[in-house]
Amino acid sequence: MSLSVRLQHDLNDLRLDLSFDAPPGVTVLFGRSGSGKTTIVNAVAGLLKPMAGRVSIDGWDLFDTAQGLWLPPHKRRLGYIFQEGRLFPHLTVRQNLFYGTWFAPKGARREDPDKVIEMLGIGQLLNRRPAGLSGGEKQRVAIGRALLASPRLILADEPLAALDDARKAEILPYFERLRDEVSVPILYVTHSAAEVARLATSVVALQDGQVLRHGPASEVLADPSVAPAGVRAVGAVLQVRVVRHHLDGLTELDAGGTPLYLPRIPHQVAEELRIRIPAQEVILSSKPPEGLSALNVLQGAVDTIRAGEGPGAIVSVKTPAGTVLARVTRRSVEALGLQPGKPCYAVIKTVALAPQDVGGHLGGH
Amino acid sequence: MGWLGPAELEALKLSLRVSFWATLVTLPLGILVAYALARWRFPGRQVLNGLVHLPLILPPVVTGYLLLLTFGIQGPLGKLLAEFGIVVAFRWTGAALAAGIMAFPLMVRAIRLSIEAVDPKLEQAGATLGASRLFVFATVTLPMILPGVIAGAILAFAKAMGEFGATITFVSNIPGQTQTLPSAVYAFLQVPGGEAAATRLVVISIVIAMGALLLSEFVGRRVAARVAGS
Repeated sequence: MSLSVRLQHDLNDLRLDLSFDAPPGVTVLFGRSGSGKTTIVNAVAGLLKPMAGRVSIDGWDLFDTAQGLWLPPHKRRLGYIFQEGRLFPHLTVRQNLFYGTWFAPKGARREDPDKVIEMLGIGQLLNRRPAGLSGGEKQRVAIGRALLASPRLILADEPLAALDDARKAEILPYFERLRDEVSVPILYVTHSAAEVARLATSVVALQDGQVLRHGPASEVLADPSVAPAGVRAVGAVLQVRVVRHHLDGLTELDAGGTPLYLPRIPHQVAEELRIRIPAQEVILSSKPPEGLSALNVLQGAVDTIRAGEGPGAIVSVKTPAGTVLARVTRRSVEALGLQPGKPCYAVIKTVALAPQDVGGHLGGH
Repeated sequence: MGWLGPAELEALKLSLRVSFWATLVTLPLGILVAYALARWRFPGRQVLNGLVHLPLILPPVVTGYLLLLTFGIQGPLGKLLAEFGIVVAFRWTGAALAAGIMAFPLMVRAIRLSIEAVDPKLEQAGATLGASRLFVFATVTLPMILPGVIAGAILAFAKAMGEFGATITFVSNIPGQTQTLPSAVYAFLQVPGGEAAATRLVVISIVIAMGALLLSEFVGRRVAARVAGS
């Protein structure tokens, strides 16, 4: 399945003019608030009528303004997971879950309800009402409700934004399972780089209603110009494999032949993971570093240097493990004589590889 | 009810029948109009709003006279209905029509408030799950506004029980046919020695009005608790 989106719309100060094609898997719309993410999702869902454009799933048009075609929301066969859950308060969890199954066409591919309930861990909640659920439980029910409607596409509009960090950590794995165990494609809106790193198969980075960059997560996040949440959120994503758990509480990872260490993670040996390394946790050295407490050193060569408006610069370093971004001062760039092609060492503090930035295995790759 | 005279009992029964039918028949229309006023933007919305509220602010005698002009034997709608064998003038059905129209604004106001309290985002969620507008209304909106609908219906019933001015103008005060509770009180007060009968009917009126209010509070709270999911 592939989703094709072309949109033009004026919304207050924002002029939306963009097009992209989403491959199967999780496509993340990534950008700061006001960049047009929710407008895109609402147009796909039919909750907002754009001035011009066309959206189709596998050649099946949801709307096409040139043809005057407009399917109402209830005929689009989508599963929309809203930021605030939007569960029906007067219905039980079970009735909420099965609401959409009444309308799914007979021939539609269906998820097995028992499997979905088990996957989301909501078996004990079925007879409760939404008012008695925690924020995380509500969101899990909302995921199940969207999934059981037999949608051809799942839309998720910042589904974790209303939750605290602990609840976010509780829900993220369910989206990973959705990506890896369910074949329905997902269009996922967020402004969190950590969520992109964990979930995205491909990323559409948005800025002021335009597509800034579009491609696989590792490429888009390694592009320093994509920083919707400011320079502090810049970070690269590496593909790693768990090698072993050491007795001193560290887990050894293999990143393209280079060992990386981080505080023990619950994942099993040989499991494939993605880790996100925030640029501000990376130090650069022009010589092999000695006498440092940091355990993780990646050898590579400078790829690009991008100076910001302030004293800082983002340097991307190509290493055998993948591209790593470092946030350093412009003064350091000069002092080290950094320029594209120059060999250098990226030093990563072990603690910087925080478990919440560690994602499950990558589906479809 | 041995302590009530036959005429008084008849007025009470008639009033209950008139109010029951007035409420039941106007309820679907009241929900539709309340929904339209709360959710839809269409030309003439303010005019519709004004028309609905007119009986609340016009002198009841004026409303009754307008009903007589429209639905009387010589009135345009009265003539039309007569072709189908329906006569409302000077019948209990006419009293129900007058009571229904006078109670309509109260009913619509209560239901409209409860519809405005329902988050349209929940209705959107229903649509994205595949439910048509009508189905969303039946499964999401209606269950959630049920407290308001019940409150509106009870309020309309109580108002219909007390309707006097429009009723007496439109269908007169015929014992057994159009003599409702308030009309009977008025009639008893016109004859010497009727005070005792009038007082008994006044007590009944107070009991019914208070009962309706308490019932609407009780049912409303029960249903609200259920709908809120606690």
